[in-house]
Amino acid sequence: MSDKPEANAYWAANIKIVTWCLVIWAVVPFLFGILLQPVMPGFAFWVAQQGSILVFLAIIFFYAWRMNKLDAEHGVDEQ
Amino acid sequence: MDQFVLNWIFIGASFALYIGIAIWARAGSTSEFYAAGRGVHPVVNGMATGADWMSAASFISMAGLIAFTGYDNSTFLMGWTGGYVLLALMLAPYLRKFGKFTVSEFIGDRFYSPTARLVAVICLIVASITYVIGQMTGVGVAFGRFLEVDNTTGLLIGAAVVFAYAVFGGMKGVTYTQVAQYVVLITAYTIPAIFISLQLTGNPIPALGLFGDHAASGEPLLAKLDQIVSELGFNEYTAHHADTLNMVLFTLSLMIGTAGLPHVIMRFFTVPTVASARWSAGWALVFIALLYLTAPAVGAMARLNISELMWPNGTDGEPVSMEMMENQEEYAWMATWQKTGLLGWEDKNGDGKIAYFNQGNADKAAAMEAAGWGSENELTNFNRDILVLANPEIANLPGWVIALVAAGGLAAALSTAAGLLLAISSAVSHDLLKGQLTPNMSEANELMSARVAMAAAIVVATYLGLNPPGFAAQTVALAFGLAAASIFPALMMGIFSKRVNNVGAVSGMLVGLVVTLVYIFLHKGWFFIPGTNSFDDSDPLLLTIKSTSFGAVGAALNFATAIIISKATKAPPQEIVDLVESVRVPRGAGAAAADH
Repeated sequence: MSDKPEANAYWAANIKIVTWCLVIWAVVPFLFGILLQPVMPGFAFWVAQQGSILVFLAIIFFYAWRMNKLDAEHGVDEQ
Repeated sequence: MDQFVLNWIFIGASFALYIGIAIWARAGSTSEFYAAGRGVHPVVNGMATGADWMSAASFISMAGLIAFTGYDNSTFLMGWTGGYVLLALMLAPYLRKFGKFTVSEFIGDRFYSPTARLVAVICLIVASITYVIGQMTGVGVAFGRFLEVDNTTGLLIGAAVVFAYAVFGGMKGVTYTQVAQYVVLITAYTIPAIFISLQLTGNPIPALGLFGDHAASGEPLLAKLDQIVSELGFNEYTAHHADTLNMVLFTLSLMIGTAGLPHVIMRFFTVPTVASARWSAGWALVFIALLYLTAPAVGAMARLNISELMWPNGTDGEPVSMEMMENQEEYAWMATWQKTGLLGWEDKNGDGKIAYFNQGNADKAAAMEAAGWGSENELTNFNRDILVLANPEIANLPGWVIALVAAGGLAAALSTAAGLLLAISSAVSHDLLKGQLTPNMSEANELMSARVAMAAAIVVATYLGLNPPGFAAQTVALAFGLAAASIFPALMMGIFSKRVNNVGAVSGMLVGLVVTLVYIFLHKGWFFIPGTNSFDDSDPLLLTIKSTSFGAVGAALNFATAIIISKATKAPPQEIVDLVESVRVPRGAGAAAADH
């Protein structure tokens, strides 16, 4: 591990955000778009052809906004 | 005005625009040639990335693939967009912070190994050349159809235009040309879709029209489509028929492959800061989503239009007659496309009518025979790739829309070809020449060698486009397999693990690469030579995993190998740990760029 505790706290916070974002990234297309298709065919069709793309967009913009804020909180932004 | 003249005006004007931009944006330094001087605004970069990424496959083929299969081919939509999440969260900001010019440079530095860099360069060149052949072939076909010149002339004109702006402009010229190409391609894609959506559903937004009501019948559009295609003996459009495991792995392979393709990754080297690299990935997906949200509507609506054209009196009435097809305006497009050999029909039972249905469905064939239309499908050939190009004609739209679509298809193919050629030339001049053979080369010489490498790459790509190896189509799976199984895992572990070392990374890449390659060859034939395959994708070696879906498995093997071998060998030296720590933190990104 690094001897810089601030850098470690920043990286740990980043990993937490990335993990949650990736959980949503995986659940929406694979679970709702494909695996649950037999249970709710109409919704799965919409998720597979429209919804998952909109969710991907939301994840990326959320991540960019959240990380740029996190950079400033930990004083590692680019000034 | 004559359609042929309109096509020339639209295509000629778009080409003049690209060349004009190239003259304005000439590259003067290696930084401008490889990374557009890192001064590209994230929105502009996102737009250029969109054009770079959306190739002839997205523009021309994808809607057709969805139209004839329905729900099962949603995998392309999810796979080719989901990769941007991986890029944005796991690669783009860190590679921008690293601040060098190529993907292989990062792999070589992080794993302190020229071998790792060389393996990455080979994967990169194979993946890019494979891809570029397809683009060049597409350029030749589009020219052939719309300008009525032969394939060879068309391809040479296309190559000359790419040469003009990519060799002189480098990344800077390519970036700004791609912005113009994005505008041309998205306009060309959405305008006919809006017209058709208005005709069929009254809703000007195709993505909403798809889930709206069919104006003529008042029923939901998708219910109407399901009903018509099942009456013709085909699978229901919205239903799930493909194997679930293979669908999941195929989607995942496309996602990981997207995030590992070098020409997309290198676009994130061009933005000024780490923060803007994050935004830029989002903007890229916004611009890609405009097309990807429209494509399923284009597919479904075209399928409905074609079915209704073939059964003008409803599926329980008479099929279309040969006489109608010859004389009525709305069937004129069929004769035009018949000439290209991509669309064909034959009155097999000599009743003067063309019955279109699924003859593989025995009940349907019997019913058609009983109705007097014969037991054989008479629309014998409908190439999926003509759907988007023929779409404005199918919907009877004005001539300028048809010309615009021609210019859009060419923009999609040329912008992707330029991005790939740039990835190849920077791998050759920066990674092979400067990195390995002549490290003391001056900047002026490196810039010159980058231009020579680019010119050589265009000549090779044009040659291969003119004489496409028989396996060009199959190798797209290879390109994605290589990117997913070798490049993405190495980049990701390089950033997210401090423990993965040189031996681990090189063995991981080689295992991922070799196993994926062998799996593809076992199914498609060794080196794609027909007849040398031991298995077939209809009954694959492992469970239901087709060779096109194996990239995700290859990536998993790469991760596992690299982690296990790294644990058993010596940890990376302190300076590499420091490098990883510096890449993880945005502060100081400007400084990293300035030492070049």
